[in-house]
Amino acid sequence: MTEPLTEPLLQVRDVKTHFPVRDGLLGRVRGTVKAVDGVSFDVLRGETLGLVGESGCGKSTLGRTLLRLIEPTAGSIRFEGQELTGLSQRELRPLRRRMQLIFQDPYASLNPRMTVRDIIGEPFAIHGLARGREREEQVLALLELMGLPRDAMERYPHEFSGGQRQRIGIARSIAMRPDLVIADEPISALDVSIQAQIVNLLVELQRELKLTYLFIAHDLKIVEYISTRVAVMYLGRIVELADAAELYRRPRHPYTQALLSAVPVPDPDHPRKRIILQGDVPSPLSPPPGCAFHPRCPHASERCRREAPPLYALGNGHTAACFLAEQDATGTAEARGEEEPQGVLAQSPSGG
Amino acid sequence: MSEASPVAAVVSEPVARRGFRLRTLGGWFGLGVAVLLVLTALLGPWLSPYSPEAIELSAELAPPGPGHLLGAGENGIDVLTHVLHGARVSLVVAFFAVVVSALVGATLGALAGYLGGLVDEGVMRVVDVLLAFPGILLAIFITSVLGPSLANVVFALSFTGWTGYARLARGQVLTLREREYVQAARALGSGSARILFRHLLPNAAGPLLIQATFAFPGAILAEASLSFLGLGVPPGTPSWGALVDQGTQYLLVAPHVALFPGLALALTVLGFNFLGDAVRDALDPKRVER
Repeated sequence: MTEPLTEPLLQVRDVKTHFPVRDGLLGRVRGTVKAVDGVSFDVLRGETLGLVGESGCGKSTLGRTLLRLIEPTAGSIRFEGQELTGLSQRELRPLRRRMQLIFQDPYASLNPRMTVRDIIGEPFAIHGLARGREREEQVLALLELMGLPRDAMERYPHEFSGGQRQRIGIARSIAMRPDLVIADEPISALDVSIQAQIVNLLVELQRELKLTYLFIAHDLKIVEYISTRVAVMYLGRIVELADAAELYRRPRHPYTQALLSAVPVPDPDHPRKRIILQGDVPSPLSPPPGCAFHPRCPHASERCRREAPPLYALGNGHTAACFLAEQDATGTAEARGEEEPQGVLAQSPSGG
Repeated sequence: MSEASPVAAVVSEPVARRGFRLRTLGGWFGLGVAVLLVLTALLGPWLSPYSPEAIELSAELAPPGPGHLLGAGENGIDVLTHVLHGARVSLVVAFFAVVVSALVGATLGALAGYLGGLVDEGVMRVVDVLLAFPGILLAIFITSVLGPSLANVVFALSFTGWTGYARLARGQVLTLREREYVQAARALGSGSARILFRHLLPNAAGPLLIQATFAFPGAILAEASLSFLGLGVPPGTPSWGALVDQGTQYLLVAPHVALFPGLALALTVLGFNFLGDAVRDALDPKRVER
């Protein structure tokens, strides 16, 4: 990861994923859950973009929407310049080889009635790639890459530990040599002792297979370790995005500041200023007006209650959606309205 | 990968080998009854001392004895012969009723759950309507319209029998389709057919099989009920239900005529219920054997 990363592999523009909430016999739409509500960013080839936020902020929905496992309500998703949103599932199929997902729960993500041979061999079967002996060798090679024994082939998922199962899932995800891997909290269901192994495995795989990661997590420490850049999500929107080091050193959004202040530091003398957030994440069914964070924000002003702040570009690809950052802004990074689905960037978040 | 790789991890021995094991006395008893029934159905004609058509008027309603081990019935028919031959009718009717019901029900239910929308609404409303009738009444109606024959009994029992499988399969598919391994298959580019047959149905098969094992004694009883009412097998065909029917007329003078086919029926139903329990336990993949 020494060469500058500039080429966008995935371009996301003003993506929205809304779920209608129905009730009663007639199924009238009572409201809309805006799980993802106007998100724009690029994932650069070869980078790891960390995506953090509290439970329920829309991280996982966003990850699945980008792969069209959930249909976006609006917006544009481009993979190597090719628009994904209009494609049929059939047209999408060849592209699926190149974009994969790693799941959070290694107990739910493997079919309990398939052997490891069939699970890891499934991508080959779906895409009609290798058969018989050849497929078997591919599966064996993947097992070896994951540090699993050869005799794992004939066994069933329940015979393995959580960490081993996660390796099996990862093997399936990378079997087709994808370019983009969306890792949806790949370690949060694992024991702490296993987490580091899996993270290191992911880093190693990235180096060997030239993978690009969108790494979804709520553990800020691990995101800092693995990520090139980090995006912070709150209630369906990205509120801050910056290079990892920059974001952790100089968080600009009060929400990011609060999140970081909650990270434990292994130093008893470390002077720390805990920012304790009041209240809960508001329901995405009825988000507050103005800035969605204002009911919990220690700096909220009258303006925050009326107006939603745009993402201000703060130089070096750092963007933050907070009026406090306005005076440092060199422009807005994003057109937030619906009128511009392309979301023309005043300044690319990739920056310098 | 270097050997310093963090990738290499300790891999423990397999926790459990999969295997189909009956673990209870009831399970073995049930299996024994099932095997006995199948053997009787296959070998009955060779085992039975008389032809089912044979009549011996002098022995009418004779109690169990050397000539007729289980006694004789109306017109001196041999009860043992009819019980042995009746096993065949019970087994054939129950088998086909269960298989037809399960195939139709599982397919329609799985499609309803997977496709949703109008297909789901359509199938499930038909199920609701059919379940609103008492199943045996509907079966009586159908057989009395179509006339007594084995095929009509199978049709009548399947006509309502599939609904249970449809509900079960739909419910299974509805929960399974949201599982992450199904999403993983979709993310890999898997088509609907593959998801349905490789991921959804194999995982729904356990409960469906259990349902089938429990439905089996139900179908045997239903056939016996229809035959008891004279709406099942054609007159003269040896059947447990028909024999019990005949026996009820002589319950006080010759109780053995109704008793032995009734016992065969009770034993079979009990055995299959035990077998159903054992199958349910054995099919749980997470069950670790001791």
